[in-house]
Amino acid sequence: MRTRFNWPLWSGLALSLIAFATYFSLFVAQPSTRDLPWPTFILFAIAITLAVIGTGRAFAAEPRSRARRVIASIVAFLTATIFVFFCFAIFVATKMLPKSNEAIAVGAKAPDFALSDINDKPLALSQLVTAPGTKGVVLIFYRGYW
Amino acid sequence: MQPVAISVDTPEQSRDLAHKAGYTFPLLSDRGALVIRRYGVLHPKAGVAGADIARPAEFLVDRSGVVRWRNLTGDFRVRARPDEILAAARALP
Repeated sequence: MRTRFNWPLWSGLALSLIAFATYFSLFVAQPSTRDLPWPTFILFAIAITLAVIGTGRAFAAEPRSRARRVIASIVAFLTATIFVFFCFAIFVATKMLPKSNEAIAVGAKAPDFALSDINDKPLALSQLVTAPGTKGVVLIFYRGYW
Repeated sequence: MQPVAISVDTPEQSRDLAHKAGYTFPLLSDRGALVIRRYGVLHPKAGVAGADIARPAEFLVDRSGVVRWRNLTGDFRVRARPDEILAAARALP
C-alpha cells in the first residue's frame, strides 16, 4: 500500500516558520501587530493544529510504521518549539534591559556632547538646542545595527 | 522639535539607515558609547559580539539644556510613540 504524503504535518511546520519570519519582516513595523502579535498567534495556532492533525495521521496510518511516527513526533515538536522560541524572543528577551538607575533625570542638565553625524561632521547638543526656531531636542538612544 | 538619534553605529552605517528609511534628522555616532554611558543608558555587552550598546531611551531637552521629559522603556519592542513625545514637547515654554 502506498503511503500518502502527510501534508498537515509538513504544512504545519512550514506555517510555523512563516509565522516566525513574518513577525520580524512584516508585523513588527506596525505597533498594533507588534505589541500584541495577534496575526502571528493566529498563524501559530493554525500551524500547531495542523501539526497535531498530522501527528494523529501518522499514528493512525496503516500499515503501522515506527519511522513515520518518529518523524511525525519530531516535526510536531519542532513546530511547537518555534512557537516557544518566538514567545521567549518577544516576551522575555526584549525585557532583558538594565535598570538604568543612573540615567539623567527630569530637571537635570543634559550633558553637552559633540558626535559625528552621517557625513562625519561633529554636531553638538548645545548647537542643536539653540538652533533658531526650535523649542528643544529629543535625544533618541537606540540599539543600532539596523 | 528636533529629533536626534544616537547609537554606537558608525557614520557609514547610519548613512545607510538614513538613506534606506528616508530620515532627514541627525543620526549621531557614539562609537565608544561615551555619551551613552554619560547619559546612564548603557546596555553592557548587549550588542553583536558582546559590544556595549545603548538601551532604548528618549530624552526631551529644552533650549536651556535641561531634561524636561524622558522615557526608559522596559521592553525594547515598545518605544515612546510620536504623540507622547509631541505632548511632552507642547508642554515646553
